[in-house]
Amino acid sequence: MELYRSHVLVCEGTGCHCSGSADVIQKLKEELEKHQLENEIKIVSTGCFGLCEIGPIVIVYPEGAFYSGVKSDDVPEIVSEHLLKGRIVKRLLYHDHVTEAGIAKSLDEVEFYKKQMRVTLRNCGVINPEKIEEYIAFDGYRALGKVLTEMTPVEVVEIMKASGLRGRGGAGFPTGRKWEFAHNAPGDKKYVCCNADEGDPGAFMDRSILEGDPHSVLEAMAIAGYAIGADQGYIYVRAEYPIAVKRLTIAVAQARNLGLLGKNIFSTGFNFDIELRLGAGAFVCGEETALMSSIEGSRGEPRPRPPFPALKGVFGKPTLLNNVETYANIPQIILKGPEWFASIGTEKSKGTKVFALGGKINNTGLVEIAMGTTLREIVYDIGGGIPGGKKFKAAQTGGPSGGCISAENLDMPIDYDSLTEIGSMMGSGGLIVMDEDNCMVDIARFFLEFTVDESCGKCPPCRIGTKRMLEILERITQGKGKEGDLENLETLAKNIKASALCGLGQTAPNPVLSTLRYFRDEYNAHVYDKKCPAGVCHALLQYTIVKDLCTGCTLCARECPVGAISGERKQPFTIDQDKCIKCGVCFEKCRFNAIEKK
Amino acid sequence: MSVSSVFSASAVTDNKEKFAKLQEVIERYRGMEGPLVPVLHEAQEIFGALTLDVQKYISEALNVPVMQIYGVATFYSQFTLKPKGKCKVSVCMGTACYVRGAKKIQDKLVENLGIQVGETDKDGKFTLEATRCVGACGLSPVLLVNDDVYGRTTPDIVPNIMDKYRKA
Repeated sequence: MELYRSHVLVCEGTGCHCSGSADVIQKLKEELEKHQLENEIKIVSTGCFGLCEIGPIVIVYPEGAFYSGVKSDDVPEIVSEHLLKGRIVKRLLYHDHVTEAGIAKSLDEVEFYKKQMRVTLRNCGVINPEKIEEYIAFDGYRALGKVLTEMTPVEVVEIMKASGLRGRGGAGFPTGRKWEFAHNAPGDKKYVCCNADEGDPGAFMDRSILEGDPHSVLEAMAIAGYAIGADQGYIYVRAEYPIAVKRLTIAVAQARNLGLLGKNIFSTGFNFDIELRLGAGAFVCGEETALMSSIEGSRGEPRPRPPFPALKGVFGKPTLLNNVETYANIPQIILKGPEWFASIGTEKSKGTKVFALGGKINNTGLVEIAMGTTLREIVYDIGGGIPGGKKFKAAQTGGPSGGCISAENLDMPIDYDSLTEIGSMMGSGGLIVMDEDNCMVDIARFFLEFTVDESCGKCPPCRIGTKRMLEILERITQGKGKEGDLENLETLAKNIKASALCGLGQTAPNPVLSTLRYFRDEYNAHVYDKKCPAGVCHALLQYTIVKDLCTGCTLCARECPVGAISGERKQPFTIDQDKCIKCGVCFEKCRFNAIEKK
Repeated sequence: MSVSSVFSASAVTDNKEKFAKLQEVIERYRGMEGPLVPVLHEAQEIFGALTLDVQKYISEALNVPVMQIYGVATFYSQFTLKPKGKCKVSVCMGTACYVRGAKKIQDKLVENLGIQVGETDKDGKFTLEATRCVGACGLSPVLLVNDDVYGRTTPDIVPNIMDKYRKA
C-alpha cells in the first residue's frame, strides 16, 4: 500500500460541485505535479461535508485545516505554502475554525459541527465514494459479513425491531415491523427496494448519502435481502441527481467485482444483486405504490392499500421498501448493536435525523442531529442564525406534506410525535427557515401550486380538491379574498385529507392548515384589510414616495417602466397609483430610501 | 409484421442511424422486467424528443400498445414529445430557492428571453423551464443552463449569463 504524508480532501457533493470543486481538483493535480508532490500527497474526492454555503470545501490532513470558499486561483498558494512549506494559509480557513489567537481549532469545536451527531453521514466527506476499498477500510461490508455468517434472518429482524429505528422517508413507520411483515410474507420471489426518489423541494439528505457513501445503502439492502429472503434489489433514484446515479453505478459494479453483490456472497450460498431504476420527474413516485408502478414501467400512479407492498409489491411479489437514510443506519446498528442505537434520541424516536437546512439561514447545508434536539439549537447554534439580523418567523418541515413550526415552538424537542402534534411532520428532512420578509399565505399557495402540478390525477379529491384550494389561495394573494374563504379552505382540507387515495393527496392540505393555525392574522389581513404584512403579494402592495426623503433626483421616474412617476427636478416626486404595476423597480433603485412599500 | 408497415417508412429511412441505435437499446433491455421507462430515457437521449414515430417504433419492438407508451411519456415531466431548444434554461423552484427570490429570477428570464415558462423560442435556441429542486439549496436561488449551474443568482446578472449563451 502506498503511504502519503498528507491527504487533501475536496468535497465533490452537488453543492460544492456547483461552486466549482472540479476546477479546484484539476488545479490541485496540476500544482502537485509541478512541485513533484504527487507521490507524497493524495487528493481524495469526497461526499458532502454539510456546509454547502461556503463551498468548495477543502480539508488538509493531518493538520485538519478546513479551507472554505476555495477557488482554483487559491490552489497554488495552498500547495506552495501549506503542502510544500507546512504553513497553513490562514486567510482561507473557515472563519469559525480559527481561534482568537489565530490557531486552527479541531473540527469538533466548530459551532456548525459541535452539536451534530453523524451516524448516517459518518463517511460523507471522509471517504472517496468511488473507491470501495475506502468504505471497507471504515468497517464497510463487515455488517453484511456478520449477518451472513453469524445470524439467522429472524435474528436480523429482531435486531431491527429492538433498535427502534423508524422510517426516515417521512411517515416514521417502525422499520423492524416492516421487515417482519416482508419476512413472513409467503412467496419464493421477493424484492428489496430503496426509495431514492427524493422529491421534496428543499430536501437533499438522501442525495448527499448516495453521493457521499453509496456502499452503505447497498450493504444495508443486501442485509435486508437476507432478512426477508430476497435475491433482487432495486434502487429507484431520481434522474435529476446525475452525480448520485453515477456514483451508485460505480458502487454496484465494484461490489459485484469483489463478490459482495451477486452469487454466493461470502461463500454462504446467499445471492443478492441490485439494479438501478431511474425516475423521470414525478413527485408522486416517492409514494410507495406509485414507485412500484414506475419500476414496472407504467405511469407512476398509486394503488389502493391493502394489499400492502409487503404482501404484493413490485411485479405482484412481496416487497420491502425503505428510504435511503433508513438504510444508511442499518450497518451501524448491526455492528454496534440495537442497544447503542436505542440509546440515542427520545423515547419514541430513536437515533439521529438528517436535515437539509435551507432558506433564510446563515449556514445552509446538511446537518445530522440526535432526535430530541430543539429547533432553536438547529437554527441558531448549528445554522448560525438568520442573515441580516432578521427575525425568525417559521421553519417549514416535511415539504408539501408538512407544516410550519412557529417561533413559539422553537424550544420543543424535535421528534416524529412532537412534530405531528403541532400539525407539522418530520417528512424526509427538508427544513426551510423563513423570516419576517416571507408571507405565509404565499408559502401556502406555493406548496399548493406544487401539489396541483404533481397530483397524478387518479383520484378526484386530490385532482379537483387541491385545485379548488389553490384557486381560493390565488384569489386571496391577489387581493380578491372574500368572507368565507378561510372556512371553505378548512372544509376542503378536511375532506381531501379524509378521502384522497395516497399520501400525496392526504397530506397536501397540511401546509394550508398549519399556516392557518399559526398565522391566521396574516390570512385575515389579506382577506379583510387587503394588506400583505410581509410585503410579498404584489397586488396588495402600494408604493409611495416619502416627501421628506425624496431629493427629486429623477432616477425612479427614469427607471419606471410604465411612466407612473412624475414630478419636478429637485422637488419631491409622486407615484400615480392607477398607472403603477407594482414592479418595485423604484424601490430597488432609490438611493435615499424615499420609496415606501406597504 | 415489419416495423415499417405501421407508420411512415420515411421516418425510419430519414433517421436510419438513430433508429438503428434505438434498436440496439431495445435489444439491450429486452427480457428485463419493466423495460419501458429506461428505453424511453435512452430514446429521448437519441432523438431529443419522444415523437409519435419513436413511440410507434418502440411499441412494435417491445410489443406494448402505443396508447400505453403515450400514457407513460406524458405522465413524467422529464419526457417531452416536442424537441427542446439547444439551451435549456431552468430556474429551480424548490422551496429554498423560492423563499430566496427564485420568482424574480424567473420573471427576469421571461423578460430577457421573450418567452413564457414552458416555451421554446422561434430559433430553437432557448427553452425556459421551471424545475423542481436540484438539491443545491446551499446556493439558492439556482439557475441552470443545460448542465451549468449558477448559484446565488440575482435578476441583475441574468442578462449577462444569457448573452454568454446567445453568442455560443
